[in-house]
Amino acid sequence: MPNNDQTLDEILTLAAAHFRVPREKLSADDDFFKALGIDSLQTLDLLTRLEHHFHVELPDYELQGVTDFRTLAGKIQARL
Amino acid sequence: MKQFRGEALSWHLKDGIVELALHREPCNELGSQSLAELEIFVSALEDLERGARALIVYSELKSGFCAGADLRELYQRSRELDRAEALGGVRDFLERIHRVLNRIDAAPLTTIAAVHGVTFGGGLELALVCDLIIADKMARFCFPELRLGLIPGFGGIPRLKRDLGNSVVRDLLLTGRSFNAAKAHQVGLISQMVAEGEALRAARSTAKQLGKFDHHTAVTAKRFIKPIPHEELRREIDIFCELFSRPAVEAGLKKFVESTDTQPYLP
Repeated sequence: MPNNDQTLDEILTLAAAHFRVPREKLSADDDFFKALGIDSLQTLDLLTRLEHHFHVELPDYELQGVTDFRTLAGKIQARL
Repeated sequence: MKQFRGEALSWHLKDGIVELALHREPCNELGSQSLAELEIFVSALEDLERGARALIVYSELKSGFCAGADLRELYQRSRELDRAEALGGVRDFLERIHRVLNRIDAAPLTTIAAVHGVTFGGGLELALVCDLIIADKMARFCFPELRLGLIPGFGGIPRLKRDLGNSVVRDLLLTGRSFNAAKAHQVGLISQMVAEGEALRAARSTAKQLGKFDHHTAVTAKRFIKPIPHEELRREIDIFCELFSRPAVEAGLKKFVESTDTQPYLP
């Protein structure tokens, strides 16, 4: 099972590749809405991609108020 | 009418397959224009059925299959009318869309919803009238109505109960959470999960296969296995209207329409 840092790194890599943002421009505490320039529909797209990548179910109410990659990684890590 | 192109949807018949395509930005929200064009489609259906074996419903938009009822239109119209008139308008809309969806549900064709992306609320209810749902892996399914103080109003609960176990219905309805396609496949909501962007191709392939079977037998099998839950559908309209008359709904609609939240689609 990946540790928290590995999970975080995989999220950043996946998000950078899909939303075509240079990986080196993303960091753990970034607001992912701003860093990726995504709207609510694209957020659902990201959520779905993360669920498939990590083979987890992440109820969307658990993402209420989550805006940074580090907290997002923690939510995913809790379901691995 | 073998083909049609409107503001919200289009259809054509080719090689025994009717394709009904949704194309109203931003995500095929179902409002008065969509309903009017669905009514035109249903009025043309009897003629289309003479030359068809299957119907495929899909979205031409990248954003998804359908985000559900047009809540902005519902909110604006409700504000322009007094409470009794607004409630009458809602009931009329529900009666009309139920007639349309019941007709598609019972059509003597094998019907397939090819879905991707957002398939929420009324969008999921539209998919549920079809005999089969084929989803690409990026599809998401949700009944977010409770956050507005409502229940799904386009036949979602009776049809979901018809097709799936009650625990899945309760999970979708009472938590308001969204499922991805893998979960939807696991619980039996969808019949096939395919790669991103492949749902329509898979639906066409499935429709072509269906054309090999004796049509009368296929229609007879469908009537046997897929009854329309008329009584529960009627009850759903009544419950929806009871709930709609409560002040909490106007507040919920206002909050949604005026939201600057970056996550308005997240229940």
